[in-house]
Amino acid sequence: MSLNELKRGQSATITNVPDENLRIQLLRFGIINGSQVSCHCKLPFGPVVLKYGGQEIALGREIARQVTIKTAY
Amino acid sequence: MSPSCCSNAACTEAGQRNIVLVGNPNVGKSIFFSAWSGVYADVSNFPGTTVEISRGKIGEDVLLDTPGVYGVSSFNDEERVARDVILTADLVVNVIDATHLERDLFLTLQLADMGIPMVVALNFCDEAENLDIRIDTKGLEERLGVPVVSTSAVKNHGLKEVFAALALARPGLSHPEIDQAVTNLLDRIDTRPEALMVLEGDEVVAERHGVTPENDRERVYLLRRQRANDIVGATVNRPEKTARFRDLLGRLCLHPTSGLLILSAVLWGCYQLIGVWVAGDIVGLTEEAIMQGHWEPWIRGLVNPLVPESSVFGQILIGEFGLLTMTITYLLGLLLPLVVGFYVALSLLEDSGYLPRLATFVDRLMTSIGLNGRAIIPVILGFGCVQLGTITTRILGCKRERTIATAILNFVVPCSAQIGVIAGMLAAVGFMLSMTYVAVIFTCLAVLGTVLNKVIPGQSSALLIDLPPMRLPRPTNVLRKTAIRSFFFMKEAYIWFFAGSLGVSLLQVSGGLKAWQNLVAPLTEGWLHLPKEAATAFVMGMVRRDFGAAGLTDLTLSPWQVVVSLVVITLFVPCIASLMILFKERGFKEATTVWLGAWVLAFSVGGLLAQIVL
Repeated sequence: MSLNELKRGQSATITNVPDENLRIQLLRFGIINGSQVSCHCKLPFGPVVLKYGGQEIALGREIARQVTIKTAY
Repeated sequence: MSPSCCSNAACTEAGQRNIVLVGNPNVGKSIFFSAWSGVYADVSNFPGTTVEISRGKIGEDVLLDTPGVYGVSSFNDEERVARDVILTADLVVNVIDATHLERDLFLTLQLADMGIPMVVALNFCDEAENLDIRIDTKGLEERLGVPVVSTSAVKNHGLKEVFAALALARPGLSHPEIDQAVTNLLDRIDTRPEALMVLEGDEVVAERHGVTPENDRERVYLLRRQRANDIVGATVNRPEKTARFRDLLGRLCLHPTSGLLILSAVLWGCYQLIGVWVAGDIVGLTEEAIMQGHWEPWIRGLVNPLVPESSVFGQILIGEFGLLTMTITYLLGLLLPLVVGFYVALSLLEDSGYLPRLATFVDRLMTSIGLNGRAIIPVILGFGCVQLGTITTRILGCKRERTIATAILNFVVPCSAQIGVIAGMLAAVGFMLSMTYVAVIFTCLAVLGTVLNKVIPGQSSALLIDLPPMRLPRPTNVLRKTAIRSFFFMKEAYIWFFAGSLGVSLLQVSGGLKAWQNLVAPLTEGWLHLPKEAATAFVMGMVRRDFGAAGLTDLTLSPWQVVVSLVVITLFVPCIASLMILFKERGFKEATTVWLGAWVLAFSVGGLLAQIVL
């Protein structure tokens, strides 16, 4: 499934970021394949805000759609 | 910058070392900068760009502050500038946020791979402690190979200790694999930091050395990321739950309902601060009571015996648009309080961590006009000064977004000084008419954005932004930022005020002003239903927009005429300074289109409104 399907409070593991540029930018924030993230909040039709470690990162819906994740259950 | 220095902001004289402050955004670098550099600090644009670099003296050495970056590379202008300053560094002070080590250590490790002697200031230690985050500083120091000093810069804790540690600065431990790859490049590239940049595929640095950039960025980044994660895993103990008040507040800013309420409250607060208190009460005191009441009669009395006011020179000095009367009054009595008020509001928003949340909150809305949420930042800055907003469009991801944002800024966004005058005039015409004005401007914005989004080919980039924790702004920090920004704004603005009033005065004494008023009378009187003297305000508006708006206050206008004239002056062409930036940033063709378009839009919309209501 993709990141934009994640519900508020739900956790997931990042499995694939297809775009190289995006992959590198996320990597600098600390997010790589295998990173455990949780959905801090989600704006209607808008960005998904992830919580990772102590930080919050907002990803536009278009980006969230590209990122593949795996939920724990 | 001293004239003896070369054109590079990072250049030094013989024997001086370049000490460079480096860190992610919002980690408190500037506090270190102002604590250490004392009175010698100055802010200047990095050569060839508009990114500001603070430069000061620290003993015999030079201290440089850089824009906040997540890594040394070239994703945008600020990063390119930071990279070039870092490449000149003899010593780096890396400020990191103890509550965000996963993020910040990436840059630290990149600096270690560069091999520049370094000291790490582990900032926000008090905050980390409050969050129960335990950091093994000694372990961190061992793993990084450089001195690590715990600090809480806003409370002035640890600044001296970091300063003392500068003597112990040494190159950090590099990742063995990256170290080997960089060493292999050293036969072709003379310095280690630049060799690393080439290894990471930096085209600009590679070109400087006449080599082809390596294609190893992702591998190097991944190795570094893994090392950063390992270090965090070994040295940081973070409790699972951190549900706290500010987490809740941060979330409320993003929730559709409470977010809108908070946004409304913020806008209302800004309006109360800038529109009501500063533009009304303070300006009433400074402009009318102090400047017009005391300064103008005094200076007239002083100059009149030497240069009679009736003479041409007297008109220019102390006449209606006089350099010593109206210009000084506008600058000190009107513009200065408004600019200070605006920067106080902006600094409060910045330091509280609200701006990135606002960007996230409005992202959906902004995508409908071909932008993403980040574009709210240049737009908000544009409300302070369109010129500043236009420059800041550089943070946007692609040319398409920069074009749309620049057009919106130059067409529909009034600047802070203008808003002050507009707010004052609207307050006098009542709520309904004020709302009409707001509705007209917003309709123009929506139509313009939608049309540009349809017409300009391509697709805009999506939002990707780091949200700093919500913090209570520190008054001293807000005041310091406000003072610096206001000073540089005034320093840049004053000359245009003098040039503008000189131009208008010359037009007036030569009879040119009357001729111009008559020339555009069909437009002002016939089409806009305004007195023909309004044409003077339009001339002044070309020089500076707030100047034009201020010119309207001197006319006797009916409430609807006020609305029409304010619509025209808001949509009107950008001031000379903004126009120059517009040409510089967007090129001749695009800038001319915006400039001509603004004339057409301002007079069409204003005229249509006038035909309906007057």
